[in-house]
Amino acid sequence: MSTVYMAAGDIPTPHIEYGRLAPVLIVLGAACVGVLVEALAPRAQRYGLQVLVSVVGLVAAFAWTIALGIGDQPHHVAAMGAVGVDGPTLFIQGTILVLALMSMLLIAERTNGDSPFTAQASTVPGSPEERESLVAGLVQTEIYPLVLFAVGGMLIFPAANDLLTMFVALEVMSLPLYLLCGLARRRRLLSQEAAVKYFLLGAFSSAFFLYGTALLYGFAGSVRLSDIAAAISKQGGTEPLLLAGVALLSVGLLFKMGAAPFQAWKPDVYQGAPTALTALMASCTLVAAVGGVLRVFYVGLETLRWDWRPMMWAVAILTMLVGAIVAITQTDVKRMLAYSSIAHGGFLLTGVIATNKAGLSSTLFYLAAYGFTTVGAFAVITMVRDAGGEAGHLSRWAGLGKRQPLVAGTFAFFLLAFAGIPLTSGFTGKFAVFQAAMAGGAMPLVIVGVVSSAIAAFFYVRVIVLMFFSEPLADGPSVAFSPTTAAAVAVGAFVTLVLGVIPGPALHLAQSAANQLFVR
Amino acid sequence: MLTALIAIPAVGALLVALLPKGRDALAKQVALGVTLVVAVLSIVMAVQFDPNGKRFQFTEKYWWIKQFGVHYAVGVDGVALVLILLSTILVPLVVLASWNDADRSGGVDAPPKRSVKTYFALLLALEAMMVGVFAATDVFLFYVFFEAMLIPVYFIIGSYGGPQRSYAAVKFLLYSLFGGLLMLAAVIGLYVVSANAGHGTFLFDELRAPEILHHISPTTAKWLFLGFFIAFAIKAPLVPFHTWLPDAAGQAPAGAAVLIVGVLDKVGTFGMLRFCLELFPGASKWFTPVVLTLSVIGIVYGAVLAIGQVDIKRLIAYTSVSHFGFITLGIFAMTSSGQSGATLYMVNHGFSTGALFLLAGFMISRRGSARIDAYGGVQKVAPLLAGTFLVAGLSGLSLPGLSSFVSEFMVLVGTFSRYKVPAVIATVGIILAAIYILWMYQRTMNGPTAEAVKGMKDLSKRELIVVAPIIAIIVALGFYPKPVLDAINPSVKQTLIQVHQQDPKPTVAEKGSHQ
Repeated sequence: MSTVYMAAGDIPTPHIEYGRLAPVLIVLGAACVGVLVEALAPRAQRYGLQVLVSVVGLVAAFAWTIALGIGDQPHHVAAMGAVGVDGPTLFIQGTILVLALMSMLLIAERTNGDSPFTAQASTVPGSPEERESLVAGLVQTEIYPLVLFAVGGMLIFPAANDLLTMFVALEVMSLPLYLLCGLARRRRLLSQEAAVKYFLLGAFSSAFFLYGTALLYGFAGSVRLSDIAAAISKQGGTEPLLLAGVALLSVGLLFKMGAAPFQAWKPDVYQGAPTALTALMASCTLVAAVGGVLRVFYVGLETLRWDWRPMMWAVAILTMLVGAIVAITQTDVKRMLAYSSIAHGGFLLTGVIATNKAGLSSTLFYLAAYGFTTVGAFAVITMVRDAGGEAGHLSRWAGLGKRQPLVAGTFAFFLLAFAGIPLTSGFTGKFAVFQAAMAGGAMPLVIVGVVSSAIAAFFYVRVIVLMFFSEPLADGPSVAFSPTTAAAVAVGAFVTLVLGVIPGPALHLAQSAANQLFVR
Repeated sequence: MLTALIAIPAVGALLVALLPKGRDALAKQVALGVTLVVAVLSIVMAVQFDPNGKRFQFTEKYWWIKQFGVHYAVGVDGVALVLILLSTILVPLVVLASWNDADRSGGVDAPPKRSVKTYFALLLALEAMMVGVFAATDVFLFYVFFEAMLIPVYFIIGSYGGPQRSYAAVKFLLYSLFGGLLMLAAVIGLYVVSANAGHGTFLFDELRAPEILHHISPTTAKWLFLGFFIAFAIKAPLVPFHTWLPDAAGQAPAGAAVLIVGVLDKVGTFGMLRFCLELFPGASKWFTPVVLTLSVIGIVYGAVLAIGQVDIKRLIAYTSVSHFGFITLGIFAMTSSGQSGATLYMVNHGFSTGALFLLAGFMISRRGSARIDAYGGVQKVAPLLAGTFLVAGLSGLSLPGLSSFVSEFMVLVGTFSRYKVPAVIATVGIILAAIYILWMYQRTMNGPTAEAVKGMKDLSKRELIVVAPIIAIIVALGFYPKPVLDAINPSVKQTLIQVHQQDPKPTVAEKGSHQ
């Protein structure tokens, strides 16, 4: 007995600051409650209970994040230094929570009792079992805890101050997403294909991330970002171990945010996944991934920035151009937005590369602005439906502006925001990152950014032309109205407008968050 | 005052857009009322403007986005004032002229029925932005108006234009957007330069101050100049960036074409005068030979192309390309009579080309075709239409006694005193102008009355009310341009001081002096 006590004495109990970690804990706790609900509650009540648990969990976590942000100057490490609680992190986490809440509105959407998710994922598409489960009115409600787990991972990812925690967060965030991707109710083969592709490529990139972590551990003798930074400044930055480690780690990170040349998964996954989930991935996952990129490059590798900057320049330029150019040829609206999201990833990297406070704050602002517009845009996509589900092909959108001026007008507004037209949040965000990059001496990047914005404008405008200037199809899609989706669209449009016209308060928030910098 | 001029049409646009369906008549009346109020207010402002007072008057300045160093700052100098007047006077006339444009249905090419109130809401939104873009004294604010302005125009062309409207609308938007984005890079660059000089700002007054000007290295200045200049050259449009204009103006409904060519394009030349010259004096001088060459090419090339057109609206659009050559020639000649003449030209061109577009629009809506060879002998059936068309056309070809003559003469004199060869070549443009205008007139209005034209009605009372004020202004400014020139001259003088240019001593005895 005594030996056991002795052993316990040798390993000190980790000190956990529950208060500072509460947002993450609340979300993960809500996810566990969701699992219990799934196991114990009668089938008829599950849907209501799950939605309630998810919404309450996300709202509570958000409220706690706000409280942490205004309570004291948050600049702490928690859980023995494994997690940072600081201004930028709280900003990112708050953004993720709000966007997750908005996406939840889409996920919970039910028009005529139809959920956008399949009734039983295990059935073969088109099989008698599937028909049976449809007839039986089975409804999948595991999606809610799964989404919460994913959101929990997203919250930890940008907060993780050591690479192992970050890796665990990466997996917690990715695994539920792989699964959720394959759950679309319609076009199930496409959806399952997307899930498999996402899983395989994601697993591949995780391996890269882990390999990079191992090499960095070999270099610095620690996986803690602050130790790596210290080792870099002590030993100089030319060690092959270090450089190889940084390269592999970057591959893992850039894969998650879908930067070129690691962008190949994005269009397939965005197209195949249920649109509500695409909204979640395009907003929250991107925010989390960029948050992780920011932390690794601003904390761990800041002293090495002369070495990684040229590489990131190339990645940013490639990402912007690939996203903008390939999007032109797309005929599916979700694929088009996927490429647009790739291009926006490039603009975000422009802000990341600035490696100054302006770069940090502008990237934060861009993330929030882009997230709201994206969820709004995908929400509109879920509303426009054909007999066989959402009207994905762009040609089906022809003349929508004449039949549904409000819906088409809102979508056009989102597209203009993506294109960066003044008086929308997209413009403010673009201006902020370009200004930061220019101040950081990255003039060529800004010019490439401007040119690719011009290219990107072409395909956004093409959709507007199609919606407003073409004749409506005789059997064109109809608009399925549901209050939750409409609410998501309204919030997205409202924020897009406000951040375009009076961006002052939000910019101020991003700036004061960035001023504290990441805790080491 | 200026804020009211921006806000009233903006609110009016919202109001019209929110009117219930089916109240088309009310929408038109509200739009007309709002634009008339704005016109009256702007005339009041013009009367209160003191040409000998401070350069910028009616100024307002508030923080807008403090984090970026952006102000909401507006104010007018003489140049901005006359251009705002041009816009606010043209818009109510355009509203009246396009009274039935949006709800026209029938005819082969006629677009299907479209929302009437949206059309007028877009016109009002456009007016708000036109006033804003001329009034902005903060470069960022200017850029915002400059870009945002594209959207209403895009929808007007794309939804209410001719058969090829969507092609024209997209071409227009992409050209302008591309230029605008280059300008965005330059705007950011300008801010960064000013921040390096110690005080990051977008305010025009502070940016043109010597402390910041001297801080820009000549190479940087050239790049920034190019960013602004290309945007303005696309807007103006200067050859070789002009190809969007004939499409846009040809496909747009006549009323909108008036605003595109009459006012929007002036933003380009206005921007060159205000921003390119004053913020980058050194670079402007360095680029002068290039700009002069392009201008002269534009004058001749635009005129030659105009002669060859078969579509009336496209023809007028090409004449504008030629006229914009004169305007940029005058601006970059960097003499006081050149720049004053160019500014006056902007106003005159707005009115005379506006009248041409409106009258052509009236004629086209009667016959249902924009082709020149679809007409003939219109004079006999519609003498008023033909007569006013002739006056507007003659002003376009700079007949003495009509407004354009004064400005064209000033531009040529101003250019000749410094750059002889370009001025001499530009004179060819006048001859070509006589050809394209008179030949078009001859083919459409004179000769035997074409069969399809026989039943054509003359101008209605509404159309007459639209055209009469413009013709009156054209004649009035032809004989007595002094009030406009008085407002313009002090501003131009400031610009010339900023670029360190004095008028060269006349080598030939100055003939004719200023009118």
